[in-house]
Amino acid sequence: MIVKRKPLTFWERLYLPAVIYGFKVTVRHFFKKKVTMQYPEEKWAVPAGYRGAPYLVKDQEDRVKCVSCQLCEFVCPPKAIKITPPGPVPNAALGNVEKGPKEFEINMLRCIFCGFCQEVCPEEAIFLMKDYSLVGLARKDMIYNKQKLLELGGTHNDTIQKWKHK
Amino acid sequence: MTNATPSAPQPEPVPTITVKINGQSVAVPKTQPHPVTGQMMPTTMIQACELARVEVPHYCYHAKLPVAGNCRMCLVEYGTPALGPDRKPLVNPDGTPVIAKAPNPAISCATPVSPGMEIYTETANVKSIRKAILEFLLINHPLDCPICDQAGECKLQEYSSEYGQAKSQFAEFKVHKPKQVDLGPRILLDNERCILCTRCIRFTRDIVKDDVLGIVNRGGHNAIATYPGTAFDNNYTLNTVDICPVGALTSKDFRFQMRVWFLKETKSLCASCATGCNVVIGSREGRIYRYVPRENDAVNAGWMCDAGRLNYRWIGREDRLKQCLIRQDGAPRPASWKDALAAICARLQSATAGSVAIVASARQTNEELFLLQKIATQLKAVTDSIPRVGAGDSLLVNADKNPNSNGARWLGIAPAELGANLPRVAAGIAKGEIKTLLVLGEEMTRHFGAETLRKLDALIVSDILPNATVSLAHFVLPGCAPAEKRGTFTNARGQVQKFMSAVTPPGEARPELEFLREILAGIGGGEVPGNVEAVFDWMAQVTPAYQGLTWAALGDKGLAAAPTGANQV
Repeated sequence: MIVKRKPLTFWERLYLPAVIYGFKVTVRHFFKKKVTMQYPEEKWAVPAGYRGAPYLVKDQEDRVKCVSCQLCEFVCPPKAIKITPPGPVPNAALGNVEKGPKEFEINMLRCIFCGFCQEVCPEEAIFLMKDYSLVGLARKDMIYNKQKLLELGGTHNDTIQKWKHK
Repeated sequence: MTNATPSAPQPEPVPTITVKINGQSVAVPKTQPHPVTGQMMPTTMIQACELARVEVPHYCYHAKLPVAGNCRMCLVEYGTPALGPDRKPLVNPDGTPVIAKAPNPAISCATPVSPGMEIYTETANVKSIRKAILEFLLINHPLDCPICDQAGECKLQEYSSEYGQAKSQFAEFKVHKPKQVDLGPRILLDNERCILCTRCIRFTRDIVKDDVLGIVNRGGHNAIATYPGTAFDNNYTLNTVDICPVGALTSKDFRFQMRVWFLKETKSLCASCATGCNVVIGSREGRIYRYVPRENDAVNAGWMCDAGRLNYRWIGREDRLKQCLIRQDGAPRPASWKDALAAICARLQSATAGSVAIVASARQTNEELFLLQKIATQLKAVTDSIPRVGAGDSLLVNADKNPNSNGARWLGIAPAELGANLPRVAAGIAKGEIKTLLVLGEEMTRHFGAETLRKLDALIVSDILPNATVSLAHFVLPGCAPAEKRGTFTNARGQVQKFMSAVTPPGEARPELEFLREILAGIGGGEVPGNVEAVFDWMAQVTPAYQGLTWAALGDKGLAAAPTGANQV
């Protein structure tokens, strides 16, 4: 398709009317309510259902809910999750918790916050929380390990408490 | 081990009978051998369905075990030709026989087929029966799939999704049974998951002849247990983990190590003895997690021994040889493959005829031994291999612990009795006649002593793990475990079988075949094709024992060699 370029009219070639029109817009906004947020001093109210960083949770009695089934590792589209299964040696310190991850790493640089891990988790052990501003000084700082994920995840009010009744 | 195929009289051909499965006519043999006794038994409906490739879900039935008929999962409906009062078959107006449908369904694993029988596996009634059976089986099942090692290869999961229903009418509390029961040194039992199919009991009683498992307690508290005071500790216990349709029997070795859906499955062979059991190696990201047997009726049926199955940890050892070493001023120094092979070729080429000996390993592949034999011919070297004898048994374990002794014999590397040339080599070294020794994968200080090896001008060693011979060597070439390369072994019965590489070798280690062909070219022995397939095909053409075989024809299960060669035993 050929687009015809029309020559500018006399009024357009005058230039000043356009500048004045632009200033009119600017001045109008001058007196309107401000929409800019003073981030980071001022923080955004995260809406419910927001998909922030995925963290691990514990139940009310401080048990790690994750059982290392590795479904989240399997489903994770960018392969951000890496789980080290516990191996056959039972851990007496865990009481009647039969299985839990030895190590659980999420590479927050890879994570795309899709929420598949939360959706696939059969144990309700991982949730996308409200954190959206993740910072670190090195790439390795952005690989969150099990301890960090559990600290950030906190306690989940669990109605089933799988291990309590085992 | 003799390899002569006895010209046994051909067994009488088994008469066939025709049955109809879901409307399709199928001719099936009237009888089939019993999996344990070998006695001819009437063909059952489930066997007929298997031949017709019609799936009948089942738990307790296993093709290689006696029939128990307790899970009820294989119930099907059937009918037989109706007879009139004159004992003659009734015929419909269109000429087809009248079928008298059986009033009740029957378990297809234990009901023999009869001529004209019709089997229905997909009727509404059969489907509702399967739903009901699965609902019963799940009553006391803990549904702990997220922590169960069987998840992903669990028949209860598979059939539940295919034939079961999402809801249960069971509103009461589940019976709790003992969990994490220590049955033996390699087996942990979770009784809650058990569906009491008794496959494990039948396997250890009828196949291994070690009758230690049984069911104790009554009703809903039924549980698998060992006889008090005994442990489930024979050399075949881990097979019960494979045949357990659910996650009740778990391997302590594999327990909580990796979920099965991550494992890359590679068809391979167990290299722990001359039986050459067919296995599938499960690996992920360069680490081997487990070996499970692969069915091959010519070799290992569907079983393998625990010792062979667990003999894989060394492959991932940290102290594996990872780079070439050349001894300079008395100390081994790292070298590149190019430099090491150039130095070795120069050394071998300058050696006078008869001053070189080669000790190959009967753990090497046929193709590697074939190239070694070519190198030996070129150098006029004396060759041999090391016998490795241990305890055997009547089921699978062979007393010969080398996976490829027959290959070494038939390719002319070793005499009929492995190791018969070794005293000659040792004497040659002692007298100073043999100045160069090429050793592949064997610890020679055990056979010659370190003093003898020190007399050599050049000790060229290719191995996988460090040992005394490696520390004495002038040249070290890092090699590969069978799980890291491709090739073929000739087992004790002469079955030539191929295996595939599951993981990549560590560091700079390379498959032996690759550097052997470079050595052969370097000493003027000519060019050899660069891939295993071509080397095998060439070997088969020029070696009488492997005449007529090709890599492609070997398939997954291998072929029997025809040992007409010079070194035939």
